Amino acid sequence: MSDVRVAGVGLTSFGNTPERTSRDLFGDATIEAFADSGVPRDDVEALLYGNFMGELSEHQGHQGPLMAEAAGIRAPATRYESACASSGVAIRDAVKRIRNGEEDVLLVGGAERMTNLGTAGATEALAIAADDLWEVRAGTTFPGAYALMAQAYFSEFGGEHEDLAHIAVKNHENALTNEKAQYQRAIDVDDVLEAPQVSSPLGLYDSCPISDGAAALVLTSEDYAAEHDLDAPVAITGTGQGGDRMALHDREHLARSPAAREAGEEAYAEAGIDASDVDVAEVHDCFTIAEVLAIEALDLEPIGEGISAARDGRTTADGETPINLSGGLKAKGHPVGATGASQIAEVSKLLAGTHPNSDHVADATTGVAHNAGGTVASATVHVLEVVA
Amino acid sequence: MTDSENAVQDAGFDEWLDAAEDGDAYYLECPNEHGSLPPRRVCPDCGATDLEEVPLPATGEIETFTVTHVPTPAFEDDAPYATAIANFGPVRITGQVVDVDLEAIEPGLTVEIEISVSETTGERVLSFSPA
Ligand SMILES: [Zn+2]
Repeated sequence: MSDVRVAGVGLTSFGNTPERTSRDLFGDATIEAFADSGVPRDDVEALLYGNFMGELSEHQGHQGPLMAEAAGIRAPATRYESACASSGVAIRDAVKRIRNGEEDVLLVGGAERMTNLGTAGATEALAIAADDLWEVRAGTTFPGAYALMAQAYFSEFGGEHEDLAHIAVKNHENALTNEKAQYQRAIDVDDVLEAPQVSSPLGLYDSCPISDGAAALVLTSEDYAAEHDLDAPVAITGTGQGGDRMALHDREHLARSPAAREAGEEAYAEAGIDASDVDVAEVHDCFTIAEVLAIEALDLEPIGEGISAARDGRTTADGETPINLSGGLKAKGHPVGATGASQIAEVSKLLAGTHPNSDHVADATTGVAHNAGGTVASATVHVLEVVA
Repeated sequence: MTDSENAVQDAGFDEWLDAAEDGDAYYLECPNEHGSLPPRRVCPDCGATDLEEVPLPATGEIETFTVTHVPTPAFEDDAPYATAIANFGPVRITGQVVDVDLEAIEPGLTVEIEISVSETTGERVLSFSPA
Protein backbone atom coordinates (compact mmCIF):
# COMPACT_ATOMS: atom_id res chain seq x y z
CA MET A 1 0.00 0.00 0.00
CA SER A 2 1.49 3.30 -1.10
CA ASP A 3 1.70 6.26 1.25
CA VAL A 4 -0.20 9.26 0.01
CA ARG A 5 1.87 12.43 -0.11
CA VAL A 6 0.54 15.94 0.25
CA ALA A 7 2.50 17.46 -2.61
CA GLY A 8 0.94 20.91 -2.62
CA VAL A 9 -1.74 22.94 -0.91
CA GLY A 10 -3.60 26.08 -1.89
CA LEU A 11 -6.08 28.25 -0.04
CA THR A 12 -7.89 31.42 -0.94
CA SER A 13 -8.45 33.93 1.82
CA PHE A 14 -11.62 32.96 3.64
CA GLY A 15 -14.08 35.75 4.17
CA ASN A 16 -16.75 37.95 2.81
CA THR A 17 -16.48 38.19 -0.99
CA PRO A 18 -20.07 37.83 -2.20
CA GLU A 19 -19.18 38.83 -5.76
CA ARG A 20 -16.72 35.99 -6.30
CA THR A 21 -18.07 32.85 -7.98
CA SER A 22 -16.94 29.50 -6.67
CA ARG A 23 -15.23 28.76 -9.99
CA ASP A 24 -13.18 31.90 -9.46
CA LEU A 25 -12.35 30.92 -5.88
CA PHE A 26 -11.44 27.33 -6.73
CA GLY A 27 -9.34 28.36 -9.71
CA ASP A 28 -7.41 30.65 -7.40
CA ALA A 29 -6.78 27.92 -4.81
CA THR A 30 -5.55 25.51 -7.48
CA ILE A 31 -3.00 28.00 -8.83
CA GLU A 32 -1.41 28.08 -5.40
CA ALA A 33 -1.62 24.31 -4.97
CA PHE A 34 0.06 23.55 -8.30
CA ALA A 35 2.77 26.14 -7.67
CA ASP A 36 3.39 24.68 -4.21
CA SER A 37 3.56 21.11 -5.51
CA GLY A 38 5.70 21.45 -8.61
CA VAL A 39 3.35 18.92 -10.23
CA PRO A 40 2.32 19.75 -13.81
CA ARG A 41 -1.43 20.04 -14.39
CA ASP A 42 -1.17 17.47 -17.19
CA ASP A 43 -0.28 14.75 -14.71
CA VAL A 44 -3.56 15.07 -12.78
CA GLU A 45 -5.71 12.00 -13.37
CA ALA A 46 -8.93 13.13 -11.70
CA LEU A 47 -10.55 15.91 -9.66
CA LEU A 48 -12.47 15.07 -6.49
CA TYR A 49 -14.38 18.19 -5.48
CA GLY A 50 -16.45 19.00 -2.41
CA ASN A 51 -19.37 21.43 -2.38
CA PHE A 52 -22.57 21.61 -0.37
CA MET A 53 -24.96 24.40 -1.33
CA GLY A 54 -24.09 25.21 -4.94
CA GLU A 55 -27.64 24.71 -6.19
CA LEU A 56 -28.96 27.23 -3.68
CA SER A 57 -26.18 29.81 -3.75
CA GLU A 58 -25.26 29.77 -7.45
CA HIS A 59 -27.98 27.76 -9.17
CA GLN A 60 -25.20 25.42 -10.16
CA GLY A 61 -25.23 21.66 -10.11
CA HIS A 62 -22.79 19.35 -11.92
CA GLN A 63 -19.84 21.24 -10.54
CA GLY A 64 -17.20 18.57 -11.14
CA PRO A 65 -16.40 19.35 -14.77
CA LEU A 66 -16.88 23.08 -14.19
CA MET A 67 -14.20 23.02 -11.51
CA ALA A 68 -11.81 20.88 -13.56
CA GLU A 69 -12.06 23.61 -16.18
CA ALA A 70 -11.49 26.27 -13.54
CA ALA A 71 -8.37 24.41 -12.41
CA GLY A 72 -7.08 24.10 -15.96
CA ILE A 73 -7.03 20.31 -16.01
CA ARG A 74 -8.50 17.83 -18.46
CA ALA A 75 -9.57 14.88 -16.36
CA PRO A 76 -12.69 13.20 -15.04
CA ALA A 77 -14.19 15.20 -12.20
CA THR A 78 -16.77 14.36 -9.54
CA ARG A 79 -18.50 16.44 -6.91
CA TYR A 80 -18.83 15.08 -3.38
CA GLU A 81 -21.63 16.30 -1.12
CA SER A 82 -21.72 15.40 2.53
CA ALA A 83 -22.75 18.72 4.07
CA CYS A 84 -19.82 20.35 5.89
CA ALA A 85 -17.77 17.15 5.44
CA SER A 86 -17.95 17.35 1.64
CA SER A 87 -14.25 17.76 0.96
CA GLY A 88 -13.33 15.44 3.84
CA VAL A 89 -15.07 12.58 2.05
CA ALA A 90 -13.48 13.64 -1.24
CA ILE A 91 -10.03 13.42 0.36
CA ARG A 92 -10.83 10.03 1.83
CA ASP A 93 -11.73 8.68 -1.59
CA ALA A 94 -8.61 10.20 -3.12
CA VAL A 95 -6.43 8.56 -0.47
CA LYS A 96 -7.98 5.17 -1.12
CA ARG A 97 -7.59 5.47 -4.89
CA ILE A 98 -3.93 6.41 -4.68
CA ARG A 99 -3.21 3.70 -2.12
CA ASN A 100 -4.89 1.13 -4.30
CA GLY A 101 -2.62 2.08 -7.15
CA GLU A 102 -5.48 3.26 -9.31
CA GLU A 103 -4.03 6.72 -9.76
CA ASP A 104 -0.81 8.53 -8.88
CA VAL A 105 -1.85 12.19 -8.99
CA LEU A 106 -5.18 13.62 -7.89
CA LEU A 107 -6.48 17.14 -7.41
CA VAL A 108 -8.78 17.32 -4.39
CA GLY A 109 -10.50 20.25 -2.79
CA GLY A 110 -13.66 22.19 -2.45
CA ALA A 111 -15.26 25.60 -2.48
CA GLU A 112 -18.32 27.35 -1.17
CA ARG A 113 -19.97 30.65 -1.96
CA MET A 114 -22.24 31.64 0.92
CA THR A 115 -22.21 35.33 1.77
CA ASN A 116 -24.18 36.27 -1.37
CA LEU A 117 -27.17 34.52 0.25
CA GLY A 118 -27.23 36.90 3.24
CA THR A 119 -27.61 35.70 6.82
CA ALA A 120 -31.18 34.43 6.47
CA GLY A 121 -30.51 32.71 3.16
CA ALA A 122 -27.32 31.06 4.40
CA THR A 123 -29.10 29.97 7.59
CA GLU A 124 -31.76 28.35 5.46
CA ALA A 125 -29.21 26.72 3.16
CA LEU A 126 -27.21 25.33 6.07
CA ALA A 127 -30.37 24.01 7.72
CA ILE A 128 -30.92 21.55 4.90
CA ALA A 129 -28.09 19.47 6.34
CA ALA A 130 -30.69 18.46 8.97
CA ASP A 131 -33.82 16.31 8.51
CA ASP A 132 -36.25 18.49 6.58
CA LEU A 133 -39.47 16.87 7.81
CA TRP A 134 -38.69 16.32 11.47
CA GLU A 135 -36.11 19.00 12.29
CA VAL A 136 -36.17 21.90 9.82
CA ARG A 137 -39.97 22.20 9.78
CA ALA A 138 -39.91 22.48 13.56
CA GLY A 139 -37.63 25.51 13.21
CA THR A 140 -34.26 23.84 13.74
CA THR A 141 -31.38 25.87 12.37
CA PHE A 142 -27.76 24.75 12.14
CA PRO A 143 -26.73 26.78 15.22
CA GLY A 144 -29.96 25.64 16.89
CA ALA A 145 -29.02 21.98 16.50
CA TYR A 146 -25.59 22.56 18.03
CA ALA A 147 -27.25 24.57 20.79
CA LEU A 148 -29.39 21.52 21.59
CA MET A 149 -26.16 19.52 21.90
CA ALA A 150 -24.54 22.20 24.06
CA GLN A 151 -27.49 22.28 26.44
CA ALA A 152 -27.53 18.47 26.55
CA TYR A 153 -23.79 18.50 27.32
CA PHE A 154 -24.24 20.96 30.18
CA SER A 155 -27.06 18.81 31.61
CA GLU A 156 -25.07 15.59 31.35
CA PHE A 157 -21.51 16.65 32.17
CA GLY A 158 -21.71 20.17 33.56
CA GLY A 159 -19.94 23.21 32.21
CA GLU A 160 -21.26 26.59 31.20
CA HIS A 161 -21.14 29.17 28.47
CA GLU A 162 -18.00 30.72 29.94
CA ASP A 163 -16.10 27.46 29.33
CA LEU A 164 -17.14 27.56 25.70
CA ALA A 165 -16.09 31.19 25.47
CA HIS A 166 -12.48 30.18 26.14
CA ILE A 167 -12.57 28.07 22.96
CA ALA A 168 -13.61 31.05 20.86
CA VAL A 169 -10.96 33.22 22.49
CA LYS A 170 -8.26 30.60 21.83
CA ASN A 171 -9.19 30.14 18.18
CA HIS A 172 -9.29 33.88 17.53
CA GLU A 173 -5.86 34.17 19.16
CA ASN A 174 -4.50 31.43 16.87
CA ALA A 175 -5.83 33.18 13.78
CA LEU A 176 -3.91 36.40 14.47
CA THR A 177 -0.95 35.16 12.40
CA ASN A 178 -3.06 33.51 9.67
CA GLU A 179 -3.22 36.09 6.93
CA LYS A 180 -5.95 34.14 5.12
CA ALA A 181 -8.25 33.91 8.13
CA GLN A 182 -11.58 35.70 8.08
CA TYR A 183 -10.94 37.25 11.50
CA GLN A 184 -7.51 38.34 12.63
CA ARG A 185 -8.77 40.02 15.73
CA ALA A 186 -8.33 39.01 19.36
CA ILE A 187 -11.45 38.72 21.50
CA ASP A 188 -11.89 38.11 25.21
CA VAL A 189 -14.27 36.01 27.27
CA ASP A 190 -16.55 38.98 27.95
CA ASP A 191 -16.91 39.65 24.23
CA VAL A 192 -18.23 36.13 23.80
CA LEU A 193 -20.54 36.26 26.81
CA GLU A 194 -21.97 39.65 25.87
CA ALA A 195 -22.47 38.97 22.15
CA PRO A 196 -26.03 38.72 20.80
CA GLN A 197 -27.65 35.32 21.25
CA VAL A 198 -28.06 33.19 18.14
CA SER A 199 -29.57 30.09 19.69
CA SER A 200 -29.17 29.83 23.46
CA PRO A 201 -26.69 29.07 24.96
CA LEU A 202 -24.73 29.90 21.79
CA GLY A 203 -24.12 33.49 20.81
CA LEU A 204 -22.59 35.22 17.83
CA TYR A 205 -19.01 34.54 18.99
CA ASP A 206 -19.72 30.85 19.61
CA SER A 207 -20.50 30.50 15.92
CA CYS A 208 -18.30 30.28 12.89
CA PRO A 209 -18.95 33.01 10.34
CA ILE A 210 -20.64 32.64 6.97
CA SER A 211 -17.72 32.50 4.56
CA ASP A 212 -16.64 32.30 0.96
CA GLY A 213 -13.50 30.42 0.04
CA ALA A 214 -11.77 27.50 -1.57
CA ALA A 215 -9.07 24.97 -0.82
CA ALA A 216 -7.12 22.66 -3.11
CA LEU A 217 -4.64 19.85 -2.55
CA VAL A 218 -2.39 17.99 -4.95
CA LEU A 219 -2.04 14.44 -3.64
CA THR A 220 0.39 11.94 -5.12
CA SER A 221 1.60 8.41 -4.58
CA GLU A 222 4.89 7.90 -2.79
CA ASP A 223 6.40 6.52 -5.98
CA TYR A 224 5.39 9.56 -8.01
CA ALA A 225 6.82 11.87 -5.33
CA ALA A 226 10.12 9.98 -5.34
CA GLU A 227 10.35 9.77 -9.12
CA HIS A 228 9.76 13.47 -9.54
CA ASP A 229 11.86 14.44 -6.54
CA LEU A 230 8.98 16.36 -4.96
CA ASP A 231 9.40 18.29 -1.74
CA ALA A 232 6.52 16.51 0.01
CA PRO A 233 7.53 15.52 3.52
CA VAL A 234 4.00 14.93 4.84
CA ALA A 235 1.86 11.87 4.13
CA ILE A 236 -1.75 11.01 4.88
CA THR A 237 -1.28 7.74 6.76
CA GLY A 238 -4.77 7.09 8.05
CA THR A 239 -8.30 7.79 6.89
CA GLY A 240 -11.58 7.03 8.62
CA GLN A 241 -15.24 7.79 8.15
CA GLY A 242 -18.17 7.36 10.47
CA GLY A 243 -21.91 7.75 10.11
CA ASP A 244 -24.88 8.26 12.36
CA ARG A 245 -28.63 8.76 12.21
CA MET A 246 -29.66 11.90 10.34
CA ALA A 247 -31.80 13.60 13.00
CA LEU A 248 -30.15 14.55 16.26
CA HIS A 249 -33.13 13.22 18.23
CA ASP A 250 -32.55 9.73 16.80
CA ARG A 251 -29.04 9.45 18.23
CA GLU A 252 -28.22 7.39 21.25
CA HIS A 253 -26.34 10.33 22.80
CA LEU A 254 -27.25 13.98 22.34
CA ALA A 255 -23.91 15.20 23.68
CA ARG A 256 -21.43 12.92 21.94
CA SER A 257 -20.32 12.30 18.36
CA PRO A 258 -20.10 8.54 17.76
CA ALA A 259 -19.56 9.06 14.01
CA ALA A 260 -16.42 11.04 14.74
CA ARG A 261 -15.25 8.43 17.23
CA GLU A 262 -15.72 5.71 14.64
CA ALA A 263 -13.84 7.76 12.05
CA GLY A 264 -11.03 8.50 14.50
CA GLU A 265 -10.59 4.91 15.59
CA GLU A 266 -10.39 3.79 11.98
CA ALA A 267 -7.88 6.48 11.03
CA TYR A 268 -5.71 5.89 14.11
CA ALA A 269 -5.68 2.13 13.47
CA GLU A 270 -4.66 2.58 9.84
CA ALA A 271 -1.85 4.91 10.81
CA GLY A 272 -0.85 2.67 13.71
CA ILE A 273 -1.10 5.47 16.24
CA ASP A 274 -3.25 6.31 19.22
CA ALA A 275 -4.49 9.58 20.62
CA SER A 276 -1.37 10.03 22.77
CA ASP A 277 0.72 10.27 19.58
CA VAL A 278 -1.23 13.25 18.27
CA ASP A 279 0.86 16.42 18.45
CA VAL A 280 -1.57 18.83 16.85
CA ALA A 281 -5.11 18.76 15.46
CA GLU A 282 -7.50 20.77 13.35
CA VAL A 283 -11.04 19.89 14.40
CA HIS A 284 -14.45 20.96 13.12
CA ASP A 285 -15.38 23.81 15.46
CA CYS A 286 -18.35 25.22 13.56
CA PHE A 287 -19.60 26.12 17.04
CA THR A 288 -17.61 26.22 20.26
CA ILE A 289 -19.41 23.13 21.60
CA ALA A 290 -18.42 21.24 18.43
CA GLU A 291 -14.74 21.49 19.39
CA VAL A 292 -15.54 19.92 22.77
CA LEU A 293 -17.39 17.01 21.18
CA ALA A 294 -14.63 16.57 18.58
CA ILE A 295 -11.69 16.34 20.97
CA GLU A 296 -13.63 13.91 23.16
CA ALA A 297 -14.56 11.77 20.15
CA LEU A 298 -10.89 11.72 19.09
CA ASP A 299 -9.86 10.61 22.60
CA LEU A 300 -7.75 13.73 23.01
CA GLU A 301 -9.84 14.42 26.12
CA PRO A 302 -11.88 12.03 28.28
CA ILE A 303 -15.67 12.15 27.83
CA GLY A 304 -17.06 15.02 29.88
CA GLU A 305 -13.71 16.82 30.26
CA GLY A 306 -13.25 18.43 26.87
CA ILE A 307 -15.28 21.40 28.07
CA SER A 308 -12.37 22.62 30.26
CA ALA A 309 -9.54 21.94 27.80
CA ALA A 310 -9.25 25.45 26.38
CA ARG A 311 -9.99 27.18 29.68
CA ASP A 312 -7.25 25.20 31.41
CA GLY A 313 -4.76 25.65 28.59
CA ARG A 314 -4.46 22.07 27.42
CA THR A 315 -5.46 22.92 23.84
CA THR A 316 -4.05 26.44 23.53
CA ALA A 317 -1.06 27.17 21.28
CA ASP A 318 1.41 26.39 24.04
CA GLY A 319 -0.64 23.58 25.56
CA GLU A 320 -0.06 19.85 25.42
CA THR A 321 -2.05 19.33 22.22
CA PRO A 322 -2.78 22.59 20.40
CA ILE A 323 -6.16 22.49 18.70
CA ASN A 324 -7.04 24.65 15.72
CA LEU A 325 -3.79 26.57 15.40
CA SER A 326 -5.16 27.91 12.11
CA GLY A 327 -7.93 29.70 13.97
CA GLY A 328 -10.35 26.88 13.23
CA LEU A 329 -13.66 27.33 11.51
CA LYS A 330 -14.46 29.84 14.24
CA ALA A 331 -11.89 32.46 13.23
CA LYS A 332 -10.43 31.18 9.97
CA GLY A 333 -13.93 30.86 8.46
CA HIS A 334 -16.14 28.02 7.26
CA PRO A 335 -16.81 27.97 3.52
CA VAL A 336 -18.54 24.64 3.93
CA GLY A 337 -17.32 22.66 0.93
CA ALA A 338 -13.74 23.90 1.32
CA THR A 339 -13.38 23.21 5.03
CA GLY A 340 -12.17 19.59 5.07
CA ALA A 341 -9.49 20.26 2.48
CA SER A 342 -8.41 23.46 4.22
CA GLN A 343 -7.89 21.52 7.46
CA ILE A 344 -5.59 19.04 5.69
CA ALA A 345 -3.71 22.00 4.20
CA GLU A 346 -3.24 23.59 7.64
CA VAL A 347 -2.09 20.37 9.35
CA SER A 348 0.26 19.64 6.49
CA LYS A 349 1.86 23.08 6.78
CA LEU A 350 2.05 22.85 10.57
CA LEU A 351 3.95 19.55 10.27
CA ALA A 352 6.15 20.71 7.39
CA GLY A 353 7.18 23.76 9.40
CA THR A 354 5.78 26.21 6.85
CA HIS A 355 2.79 27.48 8.87
CA PRO A 356 2.97 30.79 10.74
CA ASN A 357 2.14 28.82 13.89
CA SER A 358 4.59 25.97 13.27
CA ASP A 359 6.87 27.27 16.04
CA HIS A 360 4.28 26.22 18.60
CA VAL A 361 4.65 22.62 17.47
CA ALA A 362 8.30 22.56 16.42
CA ASP A 363 8.81 18.85 17.16
CA ALA A 364 5.44 17.70 15.87
CA THR A 365 5.41 14.64 13.63
CA THR A 366 1.77 13.58 13.83
CA GLY A 367 -1.34 15.64 13.16
CA VAL A 368 -5.03 14.96 12.80
CA ALA A 369 -7.81 16.64 10.82
CA HIS A 370 -11.45 16.09 11.80
CA ASN A 371 -14.26 17.18 9.48
CA ALA A 372 -17.94 16.81 10.42
CA GLY A 373 -21.13 16.99 8.36
CA GLY A 374 -24.41 18.32 9.70
CA THR A 375 -24.78 17.57 13.39
CA VAL A 376 -22.13 14.88 12.85
CA ALA A 377 -24.26 12.38 10.96
CA SER A 378 -21.11 12.27 8.81
CA ALA A 379 -17.50 12.56 9.91
CA THR A 380 -14.07 11.98 8.44
CA VAL A 381 -10.77 11.87 10.27
CA HIS A 382 -7.35 11.89 8.64
CA VAL A 383 -3.95 11.28 10.21
CA LEU A 384 -0.97 13.10 8.72
CA GLU A 385 2.63 12.25 9.52
CA VAL A 386 6.04 13.55 8.61
CA VAL A 387 7.60 10.73 6.60
CA ALA A 388 10.49 12.34 4.74
CA MET B 1 -44.72 26.58 0.15
CA THR B 2 -48.37 26.95 1.03
CA ASP B 3 -50.73 24.94 3.12
CA SER B 4 -53.45 25.11 0.49
CA GLU B 5 -55.63 22.20 -0.61
CA ASN B 6 -53.56 21.98 -3.78
CA ALA B 7 -50.18 21.61 -2.11
CA VAL B 8 -48.49 18.27 -2.67
CA GLN B 9 -48.52 16.23 0.51
CA ASP B 10 -45.54 14.44 1.98
CA ALA B 11 -46.86 10.90 2.34
CA GLY B 12 -46.43 9.64 5.87
CA PHE B 13 -45.50 12.98 7.38
CA ASP B 14 -48.63 15.01 6.58
CA GLU B 15 -50.79 12.06 7.65
CA TRP B 16 -48.86 12.02 10.92
CA LEU B 17 -49.55 15.73 11.46
CA ASP B 18 -53.25 15.11 10.69
CA ALA B 19 -53.36 12.32 13.26
CA ALA B 20 -51.47 14.36 15.85
CA GLU B 21 -53.91 17.23 15.34
CA ASP B 22 -56.71 14.79 16.20
CA GLY B 23 -54.84 13.70 19.31
CA ASP B 24 -53.84 10.39 17.73
CA ALA B 25 -50.06 10.79 17.35
CA TYR B 26 -48.25 7.52 16.75
CA TYR B 27 -44.85 6.05 16.15
CA LEU B 28 -43.77 3.04 14.13
CA GLU B 29 -42.75 -0.15 15.87
CA CYS B 30 -40.96 -3.17 14.41
CA PRO B 31 -41.34 -6.74 15.71
CA ASN B 32 -38.21 -6.17 17.81
CA GLU B 33 -39.87 -3.19 19.49
CA HIS B 34 -37.64 -0.55 17.95
CA GLY B 35 -39.49 2.75 17.70
CA SER B 36 -39.09 5.22 14.82
CA LEU B 37 -40.92 8.05 13.07
CA PRO B 38 -42.67 7.92 9.70
CA PRO B 39 -42.43 7.89 6.73
CA ARG B 40 -40.41 4.73 6.85
CA ARG B 41 -40.50 1.34 5.14
CA VAL B 42 -37.68 -0.28 7.06
CA CYS B 43 -36.69 -0.29 10.75
CA PRO B 44 -33.43 1.71 10.91
CA ASP B 45 -32.21 -0.40 13.83
CA CYS B 46 -32.73 -3.95 12.54
CA GLY B 47 -33.99 -3.79 8.96
CA ALA B 48 -37.40 -5.31 9.72
CA THR B 49 -40.02 -4.34 7.17
CA ASP B 50 -43.27 -5.07 9.02
CA LEU B 51 -43.77 -1.81 10.86
CA GLU B 52 -46.88 -1.12 12.85
CA GLU B 53 -48.43 2.19 13.94
CA VAL B 54 -48.55 2.32 17.73
CA PRO B 55 -50.05 5.18 19.78
CA LEU B 56 -47.41 7.61 21.05
CA PRO B 57 -47.28 7.91 24.85
CA ALA B 58 -49.43 10.90 25.86
CA THR B 59 -46.56 12.78 27.43
CA GLY B 60 -42.84 13.18 26.91
CA GLU B 61 -40.03 14.82 28.81
CA ILE B 62 -37.82 17.62 27.48
CA GLU B 63 -34.21 16.48 27.32
CA THR B 64 -32.65 19.54 25.78
CA PHE B 65 -33.85 22.85 24.38
CA THR B 66 -32.69 26.09 22.80
CA VAL B 67 -34.19 29.50 22.18
CA THR B 68 -33.48 30.55 18.61
CA HIS B 69 -33.07 34.25 17.87
CA VAL B 70 -31.69 33.93 14.34
CA PRO B 71 -34.23 31.83 12.41
CA THR B 72 -34.51 30.63 8.85
CA PRO B 73 -36.81 32.81 6.69
CA ALA B 74 -39.66 30.32 7.30
CA PHE B 75 -39.72 31.35 10.97
CA GLU B 76 -38.77 35.01 10.65
CA ASP B 77 -41.84 36.35 12.49
CA ASP B 78 -41.81 33.53 15.06
CA ALA B 79 -38.42 34.32 16.60
CA PRO B 80 -37.47 34.11 19.34
CA TYR B 81 -38.90 30.64 19.73
CA ALA B 82 -37.90 27.55 21.67
CA THR B 83 -37.04 24.24 20.06
CA ALA B 84 -36.65 21.11 22.15
CA ILE B 85 -35.96 17.42 21.88
CA ALA B 86 -38.48 15.54 23.99
CA ASN B 87 -38.26 11.89 24.97
CA PHE B 88 -41.48 9.94 24.51
CA GLY B 89 -39.93 6.60 25.47
CA PRO B 90 -39.81 4.59 22.25
CA VAL B 91 -38.92 7.70 20.20
CA ARG B 92 -37.51 11.17 20.68
CA ILE B 93 -39.07 14.06 18.74
CA THR B 94 -37.93 17.59 17.89
CA GLY B 95 -40.54 20.32 18.23
CA GLN B 96 -41.20 23.91 19.20
CA VAL B 97 -42.25 24.61 22.76
CA VAL B 98 -45.42 26.69 22.89
CA ASP B 99 -47.87 27.98 25.52
CA VAL B 100 -45.06 28.61 27.99
CA ASP B 101 -42.78 31.44 29.05
CA LEU B 102 -39.44 30.83 27.28
CA GLU B 103 -37.68 31.37 30.60
CA ALA B 104 -39.66 28.57 32.21
CA ILE B 105 -38.47 25.82 29.86
CA GLU B 106 -36.04 23.37 31.40
CA PRO B 107 -34.85 19.80 30.96
CA GLY B 108 -37.29 17.44 32.64
CA LEU B 109 -40.38 19.48 31.76
CA THR B 110 -43.31 17.18 30.89
CA VAL B 111 -44.96 18.01 27.58
CA GLU B 112 -47.57 16.77 25.16
CA ILE B 113 -47.73 17.04 21.37
CA GLU B 114 -49.52 20.07 19.97
CA ILE B 115 -49.70 21.06 16.33
CA SER B 116 -49.28 24.83 16.17
CA VAL B 117 -49.04 27.19 13.22
CA SER B 118 -46.07 29.27 12.09
CA GLU B 119 -46.75 33.00 12.38
CA THR B 120 -44.53 33.51 9.36
CA THR B 121 -45.90 31.02 6.84
CA GLY B 122 -49.14 29.69 8.29
CA GLU B 123 -47.71 26.17 7.96
CA ARG B 124 -48.32 23.59 10.63
CA VAL B 125 -45.51 23.14 13.15
CA LEU B 126 -44.90 20.14 15.36
CA SER B 127 -44.91 21.60 18.85
CA PHE B 128 -44.93 20.67 22.51
CA SER B 129 -47.00 22.27 25.25
CA PRO B 130 -46.64 21.71 28.99
CA ALA B 131 -48.76 18.73 30.03
ZN1 LIG C 1 -36.20 -2.99 14.50
